[in-house]
Amino acid sequence: MATIAELENIAWQIRRDIIRMVNGASSGHPGGSLGCADLMTALYFEVLDLEPKNFTMEGVGEDMFFLSNGHISPVWYSVLARRGFFPIKELSTFRVLGSALQGHPTPKYSLPGVRVASGSLGQGLSVSIGASLGKKLNGCNHLVYTLCGDGELQEGQIWEAIMFAGSNKIDNLITIIDRNNAQIDGEVDNVCSLSNLKAKFLAFDWDVVQMEGNDMKDCIRGLKEAKQLTGKGKPVAIIMNTLMGYGVDFMQGSYKWHGVAPNTEQTANALSQLKETLGDY
Amino acid sequence: MKKYTILGEKDTRSGFGDGLLEAGKRNPKVVALCADLTDSVKMGAFKQAFPERFFQIGIAEANMIDIAAGLALSGKVAFASSFAAFATGRVYDQIRQGVAYSNTNVKIAGSHAGITLGEDGATHQILEDIGLMKMMPNMIVINPCDYNQTVQATIAIAEYKGPAYIRYGRPKVPIFISEDTPFEIGKALMLNEGKDVTIIATGHLVWEAIKAGEILEEQGISAEIINIHTIKPLDNEAILNSVSKTGCVVTCEEHQFNGGLGDSVAQLLARNNPKPMEYIAIDDKFGESGKPEDLMVKYGLKSKNIVEAVNKVIKRK
Repeated sequence: MATIAELENIAWQIRRDIIRMVNGASSGHPGGSLGCADLMTALYFEVLDLEPKNFTMEGVGEDMFFLSNGHISPVWYSVLARRGFFPIKELSTFRVLGSALQGHPTPKYSLPGVRVASGSLGQGLSVSIGASLGKKLNGCNHLVYTLCGDGELQEGQIWEAIMFAGSNKIDNLITIIDRNNAQIDGEVDNVCSLSNLKAKFLAFDWDVVQMEGNDMKDCIRGLKEAKQLTGKGKPVAIIMNTLMGYGVDFMQGSYKWHGVAPNTEQTANALSQLKETLGDY
Repeated sequence: MKKYTILGEKDTRSGFGDGLLEAGKRNPKVVALCADLTDSVKMGAFKQAFPERFFQIGIAEANMIDIAAGLALSGKVAFASSFAAFATGRVYDQIRQGVAYSNTNVKIAGSHAGITLGEDGATHQILEDIGLMKMMPNMIVINPCDYNQTVQATIAIAEYKGPAYIRYGRPKVPIFISEDTPFEIGKALMLNEGKDVTIIATGHLVWEAIKAGEILEEQGISAEIINIHTIKPLDNEAILNSVSKTGCVVTCEEHQFNGGLGDSVAQLLARNNPKPMEYIAIDDKFGESGKPEDLMVKYGLKSKNIVEAVNKVIKRK
């Protein structure tokens, strides 16, 4: 079991990776990636029960994770590499011709850790429900985790999935909503408000946990609380407050960094704020 | 002209239902998903036999396709079915990302395809689904012609690993393919050898092509009739061999000109051996309410239309 300080150290390195990958590719999505670095570290280094070397598509005997908001691929790739799914040096190939690290995740190039393509929003929760049903059929007691963006919840299919999961008591499923209130065109509340999201999930017969996604201690607390709620006849939603661009002062809290790569100067500035804890790739 | 006798009459969707039940018996990994049309798409028998492997998704086709993808990732052979209009066009992006691009073992089963859906009208009569599905990399496309062939095709795609689209129809139509006729994905079925024209037909139009062949024989025209049940991958060899012998071709399908079997055949011939060609298909129109038979007549999908097209194409040789 890692300490909070150890997990935080990993998350700082993940943030450095994100900035360097997006700068290296001159494209990509740093904002949501930085905001979810703590969560993804907590999941892959503490919460998920899995063994990277034994990765299989079927995921029998282990927890499965699906990234529904595929554009935050930089944070996922970095965490997967740092966790040992594939060599860390491959992070330098992000978005490069011939790389398995496509702009948006895909299983096409057999990248360990990735089971389904995402990028077109609103679909990952449905896929996760399928995997949850698969686990039940396979007699596998492990859990399925999904991460969705909050802007993504404007997609209608998400609500089909939320309704289905509540109605069908899919209780081996934990869905995390990155509630950063930021999307390409502005604040989620201004573009098309989610209003009282907790009440919405409760109304669809889900259990709801709230947590601070940029506080490692609270991430661990929230994820463990969610896990304890599984197996009780309801799917579990975690509404996770984060700041888009967390950790880099000029990005933090601004929707403008959803999908813009920092230039050389901005990259140097950003990296000066992010501790190199595990060694750059 | 080889004689084909009518062995009975049944809807091809029942062929899917019976094929699915058989596939479920053979392989415990087969699961089925439905969006509030269980009996219409003939999943009732599977549901009854394997209730734990049947998933009622509700009226939420997008959710259904991606749940199928998730089940496929868990090692299942996932059949997701609705009316073809809602199983393809409505969920194109879900199929594209979660099934075709992700190469998941999902079978999209489109019932009530084509104009012979009848009275419900154009909202439900999809005539674009073959084109929609065949354009996607990794996706195979199958359009069987009668009950027996639909049973065979359903069992075959359950055994095939990868994304597949199968489309079939609502009305009762003649059964004329014997149960013991071999079925192989991607392999054309030679129904009649001839020398003057190649008629390539798929789905409900195959029976019309056979009837046309009989009329043409009376006119002294020897028609080679090929049943293409697998539109993708296309049996290039069978088509090229036949057309090089006959020198002209008529394609027949219950689909738009654009994107259908005819398009695939034309592309094949253009690149290898261009020859005069005519299409029996729907010419850039939506359908309308009516009895299936009356619609077939109105939209020019009958044996009489095939005979006319053959006479026209032979003159162009």
